[in-house]
Formats: sequence, C-alpha cells, structure tokens
Amino acid sequence: MSVLETSVGVALADPSAVTAVEATGTSALAWLVIALPLLGAALLLVGGRVTDTFGPLLATALSWGSFVLGALIVVQLYGRAAEDRSMSVQLWDWVSAGELSVHAGLLVDPLSMAFVLLITFVGSLIHVYSLGYMANDPDKRRFFAYLNLFVAAMLILVLADSYLVLFVGWEGVGLASYLLIGFWNHNPAYASAANKAFVVNRIGDFALIIAMAYMLATFGALDFATVHGSAGSATQTTLTIIGLLLLAGACGKSAQFPLQSWLGDAMAGPTPVSALIHAATMVTAGVYLVARSQAIYDLTPDARLAVAVVGAITLLYGAIVGCAKDDIKKALAASTMSQIGYMMLAVGLGPIGYIYAIFHLITHGFFKAGMFLGAGSVMHAMNDRVDMRRFGALSREVKITWITFGAGWLAIIGFPFTAGWFSKDHIIESAFSAPGWQGWVFGLVALLGAGITAFYMSRLFFMTFHGKARWEDDIHPHESPLTMTIPMMVLAVGSLVLGAVLYPTGLLSGWLEPVFGHAEGHESLLPLIAIQVSVFVLMVLGVGLAWLRYGRDEVPQVAPEASFATRAARQDLFQDEFNEQFLRRPGAALVVGLETADKDVVDNAMVGGTSRGLASLANVVRQAQNGFVRSYALTMLAGIVAILGAVWVIQ
Amino acid sequence: MNLSAYIYLATLLFALGALVVLLRRNTIIVFMGVELMLNACNLALITFARMHGTLDGQVYALFVMVVAAAEVVVGLAIIMSIYRARRSASVDDANLLKL
Repeated sequence: MSVLETSVGVALADPSAVTAVEATGTSALAWLVIALPLLGAALLLVGGRVTDTFGPLLATALSWGSFVLGALIVVQLYGRAAEDRSMSVQLWDWVSAGELSVHAGLLVDPLSMAFVLLITFVGSLIHVYSLGYMANDPDKRRFFAYLNLFVAAMLILVLADSYLVLFVGWEGVGLASYLLIGFWNHNPAYASAANKAFVVNRIGDFALIIAMAYMLATFGALDFATVHGSAGSATQTTLTIIGLLLLAGACGKSAQFPLQSWLGDAMAGPTPVSALIHAATMVTAGVYLVARSQAIYDLTPDARLAVAVVGAITLLYGAIVGCAKDDIKKALAASTMSQIGYMMLAVGLGPIGYIYAIFHLITHGFFKAGMFLGAGSVMHAMNDRVDMRRFGALSREVKITWITFGAGWLAIIGFPFTAGWFSKDHIIESAFSAPGWQGWVFGLVALLGAGITAFYMSRLFFMTFHGKARWEDDIHPHESPLTMTIPMMVLAVGSLVLGAVLYPTGLLSGWLEPVFGHAEGHESLLPLIAIQVSVFVLMVLGVGLAWLRYGRDEVPQVAPEASFATRAARQDLFQDEFNEQFLRRPGAALVVGLETADKDVVDNAMVGGTSRGLASLANVVRQAQNGFVRSYALTMLAGIVAILGAVWVIQ
Repeated sequence: MNLSAYIYLATLLFALGALVVLLRRNTIIVFMGVELMLNACNLALITFARMHGTLDGQVYALFVMVVAAAEVVVGLAIIMSIYRARRSASVDDANLLKL
C-alpha cells in the first residue's frame, strides 16, 4: 500500500478531522472567483492599447464580480450545517509521478472564504479608488492589469487545497508585488525597492519550498487533507522543522522579523498598491499560512512558541520604528508590520488565538486600507509630498479625508467599540492567558505595543491634520474626487462598526469554529477588566503624549537632531545596516573567496597544474625526437640488440 | 668448409652495413649500407638453409631480393625528390618533422 493511501486512511479514520465534501451549487464555481481577475489581467496585458479606454473599468468590474461570487458562495455555505461547510473543488491532475500525485484543487471552507471576502471587497474598493488616483497616469492600463493579477494570485493562495497550489499563489503575489512596487521603475530607487522586496521574499519562499520537500518526504503528499490528517504520525522533530520552515516563509511574505526590511521600501509603489499590500493581500499571506497549518503547529509547541516570539518581536519593532518616521507612508508601513506582529503573536498562542488573529486581520484590512487610501488622498492634495513635517492643519482643507482617516485612527489605537478595539483587546487578553512565563512576556509586550501604537498613530494623525499649517507656498490642498473618497468612506464605516457586527453577535467565531475548533482558554493572569482598563489607560496616555508634542507644540519643519534611540528608529533600527554588515558583506566575501578558490585552486593549481606538468614532461621526452634519421636508426638497432640480448639471456 | 664461417661473414657484413647507415650522411651511401645489411641477411638465411637441410631459408632469401628490388625503386625515387626539393642529399637535412 502506498504512503499516500495509508495517510488518506488515517485522515478518514480520525473523526475529529474535518473532511471536505465534493462542492455543489455555487461553490463548484469557486474557480471562477480566481478566473475573473486573472482574465482581467490577461485581457489588459495582451489587449494592448485597444483596452486603454475601458480596461481600468473592466478590471474594476471583474474584481467586483469576484466579490459577488464570493459572497454568494458564503451565503450557500451559511445555509449548510456548520460541520459541512468545507468543500473541495477538484480541477485537474497536476503532478503525477510514481507514487506522488498532486491534484490541482480548491478548498472552500470558512477560513478561505473569510479571506476571499476580505481580499475581493477591500481589493475592489482599492480598484475603484485607483480609478481616481491613477486617472492621469499614462500607464493606467498596465497598473490595473497588475492589480487584477495581485488579487487573482492572492485568491489562488487562500483557495488552494494543497501546499503546492498555495505556493503558486504565493509566488504570484510575490511577482505582482514586484511589478507594482516597481511600477514607476523609471526612478532607479523605486526599481531597487522592488528588487529588494522580491529578493527578501525569495528567502522566505525558499524556506517554504524546503518545508514542502520535507512534507513530501514525510507524508508523501502535499494536499492539506493528507498532510494535516497524518501530521500525528510524524516525529516531533520533523514537525518542528516543518513548522519553523513554514514560519520562515511566513516571515518573508508578512514582513516579520528578521525578514521585515522590504516593507518600508515597498512604499515606492503607488499608494493604492501600498493599501493592497498592507490590507488585503500579501502581508496577510503569512498569517494565513500559519493559521492553515494549525494541525502541524498543534503538535509542535516549540515551533508555535517561535511564531509567537517572532510576532512579539515584530510587534515592538514596528511600533518603535513607527514613532520616528516622518514619511506618512513609511509610518503606516511600520504600523502594518506591528499589527501583523499582533496577528502572528495570536496564531502563535494556539487555538485560543486563531479566531482573534483572523478577526484582527479582517478589521486591520479595513482600517489600514482606509488609512492608506487616506494617505494617498493627502498626497493627492499636497502634490505628492509625503513629509509629515510639511503637512499640518489639513483637517479644514480635506474634511472627508480627515474624517475617514480619523475613523481608521480610532480603530487602530483601539478606541472602545471601534473594530480595532474588539480585535486587539482580545489578542492582548489571549496573550495574558498563555501558560507560564509566556503569559507575562507576551501579555506585557502586547500591552506595551498597544500604548506605543496609540502614540505613533496619534503623532501621525496630529502632524498631518492638526497643528499649524507648514506647507510650502505653492501648495493648495484640495479634496479628492468622489471615486477616491467613496471607498474611503466605506472603509471608514467598516473600521468603526465591523467589530461590533462580527464579534459580539458571535458571527465570526461561529463561522470559524468548524475550522479552528472550539478553544477553551486558560485562566487569564489578570482579570479581564484590569486588562481592558490598562489598555485604555495606555491608549489615553499615548494619545495625550502625542497631542502634547505634535498637536499643541510647534512641529519643526526639519527633523531636529535627536537622541541615539530616535536616530536608530529613523533608520529602521539599523535593519539595512545590519543586513549589509552581517549578511551581504559576508555573503559577498564568501562569493569572492569561492571565485578566487575556483580560479586559483581548481583552475590554476589543479587543472592548470596537471596540464603544465604533462607539458614539461613532454618537453623532456620530446628531446628524443631530434629529426635525425640516423639517430632513429641507432635507437632501432639498440632496441633490436637489446631484444636479442634478452632472448639470448633467457634461453 | 665450415659453414659457421659464412655466419661470421654475414655478421661482419651486417655490422658494416649498420655502421654505414649510422655514420654516413649521404643518402645514397646510407642506401648502399641498407643494401649491404639486406644481403648480409640473405647470406645468413641461405647458410641456415644449408645447415638445417631445408628450403625455407632459400625461399626467404628470394623474397628478400624481390622486396629489396622494389624498395630500391621506391627509395631512390624518394631520394631523388628530396634532393630536388632541398638541393641536398644529406640525411640530416631532411628533418622537417622536427619541431
């Protein structure tokens, strides 16, 4: 019996494992969710200038089509019993070699559909926004083609039913982000930012490839059902290695420590791209991967702890960097890093954290997209300037942007009853209920992070919208067109009410429970009310401090000389310097060393030495061939005499 | 008469021929040395035939004569063409194969 059959048997025998049934009805059309934006990308890229006029509208319409279809599938799933909400759509036999066979297929379950809704809804809003934002760009069509490609790749990633199909989307997201970050590639700095994102991502991708190879070697298959179903049969060490490799992959995509350096530079892309990368696609992929692989992490506490540690480090790292950035987009990028850190911490906490991680991911998708679009609107008003020290007092000039951005700001600092409050508070509470020392460490880190978040987001908000106007004279701020403000309003509403809609009603936890199971939390280290109060107090302190320094006081127009800590944070805590010093230089030195070794030892000494030795030997022997017939004759004679002499002696 | 005297004579002639080949430079003379060696061989073969009372040696000698005649033709032709090309009959001058 082949390995594959054995593992399937195990999976079916285990009653607790959720088995996917053949998709019927709308769900059978799940492939269309991916195909629509993919078709848009293909049409716009192949169609050329013919599609210039209607291309952007078509791309937007296809993206909305994808959302509608996704919503219909969710409606269908909702009509079924909770345990029957996992359906598989078989597409084709993809890899079939010997005992290995991988089917290309889609998995429609509550987790993947939650992502599909987030990606297509926020993604489509960003499409609409881009209609206004990119209205005057000569390459608008190419931009929309890439946006569609981005959405399609992300949908492949979340709908995949095996690690291999997931990897296709994973790489597609990497490609699309590369194309979009370097969209204005006539600027060399932007082009190299795109390269940086791609290269850093490749490191994570490589870890994912090795993880898949490990799974193939251990389980003989790559589909979720088999791998997760038979995870129990593997040894602890194997599972830990796979878990750590998956984590490394997630770190690359989600810009988690230590692979976080690409995220700040990724701001080189047009602002809608930043919104797409940070809210709906790309950086959420890592969280999805870890959440999807819960069957593996359930069995390996070490790898799970590593996930939580990475999340906790990144959470603080992003928050600290965010405090010092003057570039509005880079400050938002740092905050994304920090918020994804919260999600990683939550998935690293185990079953108690999964639902909150996905919850925070969804709310974050709304408020972060809203704020990025708001930042784009501010840049639109300020002739594409991004330095917050030259903003200020914009609340009167761009009222809609101010209000919508304010909604996102309230959500991210965790103002009570906004979306971010529900999701972040629960993560902090779960962190405090982790066992042993972890509860204190993770809990306090998450608590501290919440305070810093309130400070730097308020700093950003006050520097941009309040205080004195610090613009250059030639700038006349104006509100953006409706195509841009309407998506911002929608996202602002989501930032305010989504938490109240999803959580207290039990909608989200009921929806995700079939996937993650019902989690019984440990006893929390602190009483719930104490945590909530301290989060609130820290938030008020953070906002107050930011108001004193950046709202009431004059903000210098040029960044003042600052302490070492501030300078370090401005430099992203020296991440690039560290990479340069400890990774790139040793790497380059190693390459130079290898090249020298190849040239001098292999080429010169070994290959060259052999040939030179033979040549000098031949030079000596060659002397015998002097060209004189008589000496040849003498040699022959001597030879014959020698032979005859030998014969004579023998006889 | 003792047959071994023929053997000694043949040996002496062969040695003479070999010395001529090795020491002289003129191609014609070298060629003559070669002929001398061939004929020394013939003498030895005939003597051996006589000693053993068989015809083998005599047959070989006839063969050698035929081959020698043919070889003379070819050899002289080569010497002629080398002389025409290089204006010299010295064996040491025909060293074009040397590096």
